[in-house]
Amino acid sequence: MHTASAAVRETTLDNGLKVLLREEHAAPLASVWCWYKVGSKDEGPGLTGVSHWCEHMNFKGTAHIPRDQVKGIIEQYGGSWNGYTWIDQTTYLETATRDALDRMLFIESERMASCLYHPDDCESERTVIISELQGGENDPDQLLDQELTATAFKAHPYRHPTIGWLSDLQTMTRDDLYGYYRRYYIPNNATLVIVGDVDGDEALRQVDHYFGGIAPGPSIARRATAEPEQSGERRLLLRKEGTTAYLKVAYHAPGIAHPHFFPLLILDAVLTGAKGLNLWASFRVPPPQRSTRLYRALVERGLASYVSGSLLPTADPFLFTLSATATDGERLSSVEAALLEVLDDVRRNGITQPELAKAKAQLKARLVFDGDSITNIAHQLGYFETIATVGLFLNAPAAIAAVTLEDVAAAARSILTQENRTIGWFDPLPVRDEPRPNGVA
Amino acid sequence: MAVNTSGPRARAGLAPARERLDNGVVFLGKQTQTTPAVAINLAVRAGSIVDPPGAPGTTWLLSRTIDRGTLTQPANAIAEALDSRGITLSITVSRHLFSLVCTCLAEDFDPVLALLGDIIMAPALPEPEVAIRKGEVITAIRQDDDNPGVRATETLMAMLYPDGHPYGRRTKGSIDIVESLTRDHLAGLHAARFAPSVLTAVIVGDVDTTRARDAVARVFDGWRAPVPSAPAVASPPVPRERRRVVVPMMNKAQADIAYGFTTIRRNDPSYYAYWLMNNALGQYSIGGRLGDRIRERQGMAYYVSSALDANIAEGPLVIRAGVSPANVDRAIASIDEELALLRRDGLTAKELDESRRYLIGSMPRALETNAGIANFLQTEEIFGLGLDYDVRLPDLLSAVTLDETHAAARQAVDPDRATVVIAGPYES
Repeated sequence: MHTASAAVRETTLDNGLKVLLREEHAAPLASVWCWYKVGSKDEGPGLTGVSHWCEHMNFKGTAHIPRDQVKGIIEQYGGSWNGYTWIDQTTYLETATRDALDRMLFIESERMASCLYHPDDCESERTVIISELQGGENDPDQLLDQELTATAFKAHPYRHPTIGWLSDLQTMTRDDLYGYYRRYYIPNNATLVIVGDVDGDEALRQVDHYFGGIAPGPSIARRATAEPEQSGERRLLLRKEGTTAYLKVAYHAPGIAHPHFFPLLILDAVLTGAKGLNLWASFRVPPPQRSTRLYRALVERGLASYVSGSLLPTADPFLFTLSATATDGERLSSVEAALLEVLDDVRRNGITQPELAKAKAQLKARLVFDGDSITNIAHQLGYFETIATVGLFLNAPAAIAAVTLEDVAAAARSILTQENRTIGWFDPLPVRDEPRPNGVA
Repeated sequence: MAVNTSGPRARAGLAPARERLDNGVVFLGKQTQTTPAVAINLAVRAGSIVDPPGAPGTTWLLSRTIDRGTLTQPANAIAEALDSRGITLSITVSRHLFSLVCTCLAEDFDPVLALLGDIIMAPALPEPEVAIRKGEVITAIRQDDDNPGVRATETLMAMLYPDGHPYGRRTKGSIDIVESLTRDHLAGLHAARFAPSVLTAVIVGDVDTTRARDAVARVFDGWRAPVPSAPAVASPPVPRERRRVVVPMMNKAQADIAYGFTTIRRNDPSYYAYWLMNNALGQYSIGGRLGDRIRERQGMAYYVSSALDANIAEGPLVIRAGVSPANVDRAIASIDEELALLRRDGLTAKELDESRRYLIGSMPRALETNAGIANFLQTEEIFGLGLDYDVRLPDLLSAVTLDETHAAARQAVDPDRATVVIAGPYES
């Protein structure tokens, strides 16, 4: 049975590669994730989007995996593979039958040391990524989120979108990409996670075989600019053609290691329902939220058709964002007023004991549901080790259980202030009349 | 009554328990112990195909309203009962099924199943709730109207399945129709279409199978309702020529292409050949042949893939791509060429072998979680695939020949009879 307390073996190779291994024998499967401490926060001017573009390039052939043979290795074991990039991290995964472990480790070692970055592939991928960016712009909610983040941060690199700004994507060169890859894809900047139906000792021997010979790189000096304390409310109004109005209210929020993080996680559960802590899995499943404060104030009153909250574990202070979709015909000003009234009340009065108990029960269940597959478990181990330490994840149930009413009240008082927030509206302009296709309802 | 867990022959595999209760409810159960949780998947054969004539969207609105109070419990009590246990109840409507799905902690299984049973059997559908949910659905329809992907797909489906065919209707309906719906419409649909004889209750997780069966019986045994008539679903017409439609959405940055055909029924003997053919065409790895060409070699799209949805009636095969407006014509030409090649030459032996190995090998992943198993068992039940389907599936895929996949391609994907829809900032 999967349990949060199942043993995680932790070791570090001589070249600095951290390895986390957990045996899970419920299904004949194994999941391998390789995490790099590089994300969009590491990007400078002219290079926004480079982390994500590198992620794409790292699926395009290596010194020992020809370009046309990348696909098919894991599929032959019925497996899936993928990767993603966000503000603090870039990661790659394979999950397949356990006999694919050797191939998974081979692929990840190749990805770390031997990607090719052929100029033709770099050019081909440029248009793929611009297509991805344009697809995101088609969604007004996503567009508002991007603009809101850029408005909330004025100094910290969390301000630019992970996919990058268009002009950088148009001008970045192959050398930019390859130089970035070589700088960050080194064993002493990575964590390898293995979870599944494997023999731990044998798996570690295989890890040493594939990764032990990769030379460490120069240590990476990171000089992050701290976001100065926000000293007044910021507002953003997007007006484009569309059919639906969206509201977002973002507060600067603490990173994962701050004492306010778990109280704020409880507060988010009280306001919009518990999401858990798994960016990979649980954020795809809507939270239990019918009885939450914002659902009742906005959706049950017919002001909004949808409400959500987002508090993600991050290395540096990021955002606690509340979002609402205005019901057709409702004004954004009404939605905003109702939402701020709820937040103001919780800032002044905190939450109740039954609310605290319910939020803890929700999070307890969510953590269980998050651990239903080896892929999810492996994600969590690597994610937390990359943004902080795996110990923070293993201790999360205890940290949640220890949160008190006063902890939540203190976090709410500290964070939910007018000076600390950025409010964004997407207020749609009427869509120009366009002919409907003939004969189609 | 004892639960029958033995199939027609001794075998490994899921070996779920199945029993039809006296009132017609089908119970399917499988005990697992990977997490202390249970997946509950209750499916009523009352999907959007049972929408009343002239009122598409009624089933969808019912799905938004059915859990907002029962004859014995107000909406806020239901919300509290679910939220306090950390449960998200997902209520979905597909063409053929109306489903209530959730995962709960094992310790909460009995009260949660009882609550879901109450929701299915005795919804109150209060007027104020109906009014609020209508506003939500109308907002969702407005959002769909602003989404090129949805517009392209819905337009395609309306063209492939014309004249009010249930597969061609918008599941959410139209704003006019939703505005006209009342509590009585929803109650009438529920009375006519919800009955024990069309309910399948699947329970998978950390609960003893016999206990799960008894719990299902306790909740549903007293339910009596007339057997609903089986809704007829006609075969769609076969397009005789290529059709192309543009849905201009000049406020968007990217265009969505939906390119499709009608195909076969799920119980057609050639289904497995179609499945393998489609996997190689637009699924395998990053989108099969289509992904290789349009994304990997031409760099024209972030996503391109094909999906086969063989169903009770002849379902569609739909190719989807998101591309820059400047690349729309090139992308469609590339799809045309790939389909023409596939029709002419069929798959290679290597492609067939790769897709077969992938589909067989992916089964442990598909059946790793409780929710995955529950979904698999519901599919077994609706299509009558048998309790040993997970065991037989590798053989079914292994038996498919190259000639059969070639025949499937020749039959299914003729560019000269394709229906092509482009939605986005594109003018023909």
